[in-house]
Amino acid sequence: MWSGRQARFRPLACGVEELRRRRREREAALRKARREQHLVSKRLLREDAEGPCAAELLREVEVQQFLRLAQSGTDEKEREKALVSLRRGLQHPETQQTFIRLEGSVRTLVGLLTSNRALLQLEAARCLHELSHSEQSAVAEACLPATSYLLTYLSGHSSDFIELCLYTLGNLIVESEAVRKQLLPQGIVPALAACIQSPYVAVLEALGYVLSQLLQAKEAPEKIIPSILDSTLPQHMLRLMQPGPKLNLGVAVEFAWCLHYITCSQVNNAVLITHGALATLVLLLLDLAGTVQRVDDAGLELLACPVLRCLSNLLAEVPVESEGEEMQLRDERVMAALFILLQFFLQKQPSLLPEGLWLLNNLTANSPTFCTSLLSLDLLEPLLQLLPLSNVVCILVLTVLCNVAEKGPAYCQRLWPGPLLSCVLNTLTLSDTEVVGQSLELLQLLFLYQPEAIQDFLQQSGLQALEQHQEEAQLRDRIRALQQTAIHA
Amino acid sequence: MLFPPALCARLAGAPGAAEPLPVERDPTAGAAPFRFVPRPVRFPRDHEFFEDGDVQRHLYLQDVLTQVSEAPEKSMVPEFTCQVAGCCQVFAALEDYQHHYHMLHANTCSLCSRAFPSGHLLDIHILEWHDSLFQILAQRQDMYQCLVEGCLEKFKTSQDRKDHMVRFHLYPADFRFDKPKTSRGPAMPVAADLLARALQDDGAAMEVCSEPTALPPCTRTYNHRIPSTVCFGQGATRGFKSSKKKNKHH
Repeated sequence: MWSGRQARFRPLACGVEELRRRRREREAALRKARREQHLVSKRLLREDAEGPCAAELLREVEVQQFLRLAQSGTDEKEREKALVSLRRGLQHPETQQTFIRLEGSVRTLVGLLTSNRALLQLEAARCLHELSHSEQSAVAEACLPATSYLLTYLSGHSSDFIELCLYTLGNLIVESEAVRKQLLPQGIVPALAACIQSPYVAVLEALGYVLSQLLQAKEAPEKIIPSILDSTLPQHMLRLMQPGPKLNLGVAVEFAWCLHYITCSQVNNAVLITHGALATLVLLLLDLAGTVQRVDDAGLELLACPVLRCLSNLLAEVPVESEGEEMQLRDERVMAALFILLQFFLQKQPSLLPEGLWLLNNLTANSPTFCTSLLSLDLLEPLLQLLPLSNVVCILVLTVLCNVAEKGPAYCQRLWPGPLLSCVLNTLTLSDTEVVGQSLELLQLLFLYQPEAIQDFLQQSGLQALEQHQEEAQLRDRIRALQQTAIHA
Repeated sequence: MLFPPALCARLAGAPGAAEPLPVERDPTAGAAPFRFVPRPVRFPRDHEFFEDGDVQRHLYLQDVLTQVSEAPEKSMVPEFTCQVAGCCQVFAALEDYQHHYHMLHANTCSLCSRAFPSGHLLDIHILEWHDSLFQILAQRQDMYQCLVEGCLEKFKTSQDRKDHMVRFHLYPADFRFDKPKTSRGPAMPVAADLLARALQDDGAAMEVCSEPTALPPCTRTYNHRIPSTVCFGQGATRGFKSSKKKNKHH
């Protein structure tokens, strides 16, 4: 059973249209950041605060008072209240600046963090968490003296506290390479490897988040991923992605993304394969396809996307069909699952269709078994239905069709007679050169292995369709060759 | 997309695949001017192909992180006292008590009542403080282990260990859990010691002390550690972000 995330109800301060507009803005900002290659940045991590900062600005003398009271007050409750007031004040960026400029302030905070007063500890940790969010480097870096303690506390048992420490570490990791240069020798990887054995779902989700931030660092392929691959983290990650009654969607999403960042960095994917990554991913794919049919709109595409990516990238390294390779790579349920997910994307997230088709390409490229499955499961027509959606999708579908056609006459006999030829003639009318080029490749294969199709092609005014493009430099030679073949048939 | 009706049934069926159709290639397939070669494709991390999926991922993260920074509601209950001997702390929220218990009582040395943030540090403390065998062995071999989880280095003295942690692991020189021992008289009775500590200076409570003086010999036959598998009725899945807790008692 999948336990979905609990949606937290926030009071709607604005209408649905306003929410949509804001979401579009956030999306545009993220897209821009990705193109500029700084998608992982403090500023983008939290949704921009709605309206001016709610926290009151504290004066320096007030900050001092709160700190003093928290540290050496006599009444437990008073100390706590002082820290709570300080924490609220620290939501304001200027108060953060005031705080770090006060001599000994961070030291005092670290002292409270490591004291034996549990509630003061918790509040001190929340203060640090606020500071760690800051976009001002000086403020976030002021938290560095606390990192050895944050890491130490990861092996404790208080799940709320561990979660808080993790999110604080996550913020600091994003801050700068200098911060990561401190965290790595301090043992963040072994600390995470120990913490990932926690039974608490919230802790695991936070840990997955921290790991995903660490893995996205620019220097990750050289400096971070090797030590992660050496640790027990990959085995635990895969364990937490196993479908079954204990699978938690939020946790699986985080670790699937972690796995994606590792695989696409192409450091040493063979290690992952020996840990059984392919088997786990295939099982998860099948499970996802089953779930999307039963559950409506649970954010499953957030998990489907990295799973598809990992499978595609790993399959590119492993020969799909060779001697002694495991059964799951010949299981036609994989084909069924993928098409069910393509349908799901079509309805919920069409921008993910190319990623699904990418997997389809990697499955079919060198696998007669999967090409046969596509035909025997009658998936040709559903595939053709995707052609008109966009140029990117069209090229990918045509590539998959070429994968099937190039396997020879037995395969082409299943491609024609049928609707395929008229669909390809439609794509010939498009103007995109790459689309047309891929169509020409498919036609060559079809004419070669199934010559009877040529007559049909001529009757459907195929030659006229070809003439449209015969002046195009990139297409000219291939068009001429096809025209020759068609005429001489 | 319109699926054949058998597709969903196939997904639920047994693993396996039909025998592949025979492959028979002609050498002119894909020959110039054509160029098609079937090829699995890899995309590296920053490829623009990933843009849409990455953006969706980050939109999701933004929502999660905004929720995370809001402090959770607490389950308020009638005030109660911590039941551990010698501890008289009072609580009105279950989460507070849970945190208190885990930080102060879960990894506590039953011989000297010091509390540690983790079982790992408690184990090292017991070894270095309460184990006379350790003292004997330490004269002959490197016994002081590095406190950083995952580091297997051992040292002849606690000072050497500290130097290693500062230089190699970039730990602070005044790391709280590696302080040299403050002068201490003979061990006090456990309950009184706890009570005394509860009223005193915060900093001294959690320490791994490096040079223990005369201490009762350790009997290794019983477990010094208080079991940490205490359930507080909230269940293991409750976490920081749990929402909609009803305030039954104000």
